[in-house]
Amino acid sequence: MYTEEIVQKVNEFLVEEFEVDADKIKPEAVLKETLELDSLDYVDLVVVIESNFGFKVKSEDFAGINTFADFYNYITQRVEHQLQEK
Amino acid sequence: MLNRVVITGIGIYSCLGTNLDEVRDSLYQGKSGIIYDEPRKALGFRSALTGIVKQPNLKGILDRRTRVSMAEQVEYAYLATQEALQLAHIDEQYLEDHEIGILYGNDSSAKAVIEATDIARQKKDNTLVGSGSIFQSMNSTVTMNLSTIYKLKGINMTVSAACASGSHSIGMAYFLIRHGYQDCIISGGAQEINEYVMGSFDGLSAFSIRESEPTKASRPFDKDRDGLIPSGGAATVILESYESAKRRNAPILAEIIGYGFSSSGNHIIQPNIEGPARSLRNALKDAGIQANEIDYINAHATSTPVGDACEAQAIHEVFGQSRPLVSSTKSMTGHECWMAGASEIIYSLLMMQNSFVAPNINFENPDEHSAPLNIAAATVDTNINTFLSNSFGFGGTNSSIIVRKIS
Repeated sequence: MYTEEIVQKVNEFLVEEFEVDADKIKPEAVLKETLELDSLDYVDLVVVIESNFGFKVKSEDFAGINTFADFYNYITQRVEHQLQEK
Repeated sequence: MLNRVVITGIGIYSCLGTNLDEVRDSLYQGKSGIIYDEPRKALGFRSALTGIVKQPNLKGILDRRTRVSMAEQVEYAYLATQEALQLAHIDEQYLEDHEIGILYGNDSSAKAVIEATDIARQKKDNTLVGSGSIFQSMNSTVTMNLSTIYKLKGINMTVSAACASGSHSIGMAYFLIRHGYQDCIISGGAQEINEYVMGSFDGLSAFSIRESEPTKASRPFDKDRDGLIPSGGAATVILESYESAKRRNAPILAEIIGYGFSSSGNHIIQPNIEGPARSLRNALKDAGIQANEIDYINAHATSTPVGDACEAQAIHEVFGQSRPLVSSTKSMTGHECWMAGASEIIYSLLMMQNSFVAPNINFENPDEHSAPLNIAAATVDTNINTFLSNSFGFGGTNSSIIVRKIS
């Protein structure tokens, strides 16, 4: 389960990068529709995740991410995995 | 039957101003746009002199998806094109309903390439350069972005011809309209200003090192000139058939009556006299006019010892009898490179509209080649009916365009 800390950090860079109204970002909202992502924007999503968390998301991983809650959970798992590896 | 080709819109973003009114005033006052840029020294530049423009902020004007694909010079070109379209009375609906083309001069996108290369080398992962990098990095960055922003449906191509890129883009647009292939084309030239693009040029010791006097450093035709100063921005010139302009009651600013070009067939950097002279003669021939009908020549002269001397001799060879007024606006702007051929059409057109010849500032003492020319060292209040603008580039590419008041 994701933490408030992850939510805050993720929302902050999504608002900054994709210039979306912060009020529109809710756990149940659909990531692609809310951020109006096209195929090129997913490349930039990979870039901002890498610059904020230091790991790279593979494009196929996005297939399992529908809502912001899914996204927070995915990031949380990857962060935990990263910590375990260290 | 050949079409008459007229100019219905111009827009400028340069070190002399970020709109036509500011630029007109700077030209009349002989104001220099050259500064000393300290960070270049830290990068090892032999000369830290450069023309400078205000960095645009297009956030809130264009959406993020559009902006991330735009290199620096595309931002300049977008702002210049907005001004030109507005002046030409071309709106979104007109662009949607007509086959408008774009032919724009650009010959580098160094900053985007170098920044992406730095990331790829550091991260060992090409995805991490981001989605906009490819669209910023290509020479055609200006035309691919502007054609998308304006949803253009006509010719869509970049002209890369070194420092004659902007001039040839206008010349090629003129040909396409003259021969009936297009009714209206957005032409122009764009030039990035950042330190990356000019490092290798600085490496040739081509730049002036008069760093203690930035505004006096660019001195085309003056005997004490010691090199050019890089500069940039963007200039948009909208060309249209006379019939199309009349049909929609567009403002007709002037008519392009001649385009001459040549290749010097010589050296990659050393100019000669014969190549530019041929370009001048070809332009006069295309226009069907005599040399004495030219009132003003906007010279290519960049302030290099050899380049200016060759051009001076070429101008004297063709115009020695009539001796029209000559000035190089690069004395104020520095060398706007890929943009110069387009911006100098606009500078000259502003002079024509406002009845003056802008000064070749810093022209204090002629050398043996510039002495025979009628160089305007100070602003001259005079009517211009017909002018010619020269642009030359590496590899010996030469372009001359003749513009006349509409009759």
